[in-house]
Amino acid sequence: MALENLSLYEQAILLLAAMVLFTSFALLAQTRILNLIRVFAWQGTLLAVTTGMVAVVSGQHHLYISALLTFVLKALLIPWMLHRLVLRLDIQRDVDSVVQPAVVLLGGAALVVFCYWVALPIVHLSALITRNTIAVSMAVVLLGMLMIISRRKAVSQVVGFMSMENGLFFAAMVSTYGMPMAVELGIAFDVLVAAILFGVFFFQIRASIDSLDIDRLNRLHEVEE
Amino acid sequence: MIAWLLALLQTLLFIGAAPLLSGWLKIAKCRLQNRSAPSLLQPYRDLAKLFGKSLVLAEHASWLFRSTPYIVFGATALAAAVIPLVAVRLPTAAIADVIVLVGFFALARFFLALAGMDIGTAFGGMGASREMTVSSLAEPALLMAVFTLAMTASSTNLSTAMQYTLDSGLVLRPSFLFATLGLMMVAVAETGRVPIDNPVTHLELTMIHEAMILEYSGRHLALIEWAGQLKLMIYAVLIANIFMPWGIATDFAPAALLIGVLAITFKLLVLGAVLVLVETLLAKMRLFKAPEYLHLAFLLSLLGMLSHVILEAG
Repeated sequence: MALENLSLYEQAILLLAAMVLFTSFALLAQTRILNLIRVFAWQGTLLAVTTGMVAVVSGQHHLYISALLTFVLKALLIPWMLHRLVLRLDIQRDVDSVVQPAVVLLGGAALVVFCYWVALPIVHLSALITRNTIAVSMAVVLLGMLMIISRRKAVSQVVGFMSMENGLFFAAMVSTYGMPMAVELGIAFDVLVAAILFGVFFFQIRASIDSLDIDRLNRLHEVEE
Repeated sequence: MIAWLLALLQTLLFIGAAPLLSGWLKIAKCRLQNRSAPSLLQPYRDLAKLFGKSLVLAEHASWLFRSTPYIVFGATALAAAVIPLVAVRLPTAAIADVIVLVGFFALARFFLALAGMDIGTAFGGMGASREMTVSSLAEPALLMAVFTLAMTASSTNLSTAMQYTLDSGLVLRPSFLFATLGLMMVAVAETGRVPIDNPVTHLELTMIHEAMILEYSGRHLALIEWAGQLKLMIYAVLIANIFMPWGIATDFAPAALLIGVLAITFKLLVLGAVLVLVETLLAKMRLFKAPEYLHLAFLLSLLGMLSHVILEAG
């Protein structure tokens, strides 16, 4: 379906999907912890708006609840909790440097192409107006994974994990207009619990290795470098 | 016949109005920073002053050094001739497409860099090397943004592409959003503005463009400065007319042309204000940060192309 034949709302969904993808790249490139959390909050906001937009276009009323839940959890609550954790751990000035950022970003672009290729058969089968964004949602998942691989600080890895979860939610929404409400609520609370547990883990990791740099976990404790 | 005449007039208007845009940028920047602003016509006075001064040539300057200002100005003016400013479907637009346009810029830059090294001063070579570093990273991003447009409109001709965007009306294209942002970042880098380069300083550690043309004086300097202003105007018009072509004249009736002039003036005023706001908010980057900035520009352009393929087709 050519873009010109879609209604403005449907075009807006595609535009927002592209912006969600861009926030994933911004997460990949951002090195300052606090900015990272801010970009993550923006991704949640854009995801919530996209969900609301899909709800308007498709007439699926339960998606309004999903949108609200996404906004409250992923744009407000979890970023706020992460922010508070970072302040309490006193690491707000930390910079999690990415080794060779250009290579990581190009790798991200390659992942997007890969997702497009993988999603192509599904796109041909589906009749939903959001079918073109399936590749984008898969790319958000894989980009989150790439972020976990390329980072060394625990906090950025958690943000990468959460953004992967964003991608999964996005994929469910655009390929089948969302999961059943019970599943969605369950996942939402799982994510919330995960965020709380990660907070506990941060303190544990720091208490045992005196840093949140998980590269230190690769070395034996007794050996001095 | 009348079309050719109009094309000539448009080119002259383009070249003549370029210092006006620079004047507007200066005024807006001064206002924003609570300084008293020079007159809007100040760039013209500066150019007139430089044209009136006699040349000072270095002893070892070769023909390369002497001919570069004319080549640079000529290539930039030719580039200005192929860009629809007030009206589309002018005959000059058919001469060259977007890729040739990028080629004109490359030609001008090549000779500037050679001239910078011709004199043999340390600054010239340093400036040339820096300019080439920045542009070798900016050019792929620029081409990628241009290809996004070309894929959407199925044509690399600027006039045809603008006509296509005009005909399809208001369509929210994700690819255009990214390509616009990418093109804007490239424009800032290529025209040597903050945060890549600061056009108003001669601080030896940071200058890029100014270091290359440090040895020029008199009418040579005037031509190079004018070409620089023209280049800024070309980028601004490209951004304004490719992605928001509304208002541009599609026929040669006087009323349509008048609306075209007003529309492009308004768009350039707004774009200039945005550029000045960004320049005021950002600090100049360290030179070694410039590749990161240009990677982001390239990524944006690439995302524009990818989102065209993924989201807009099929």
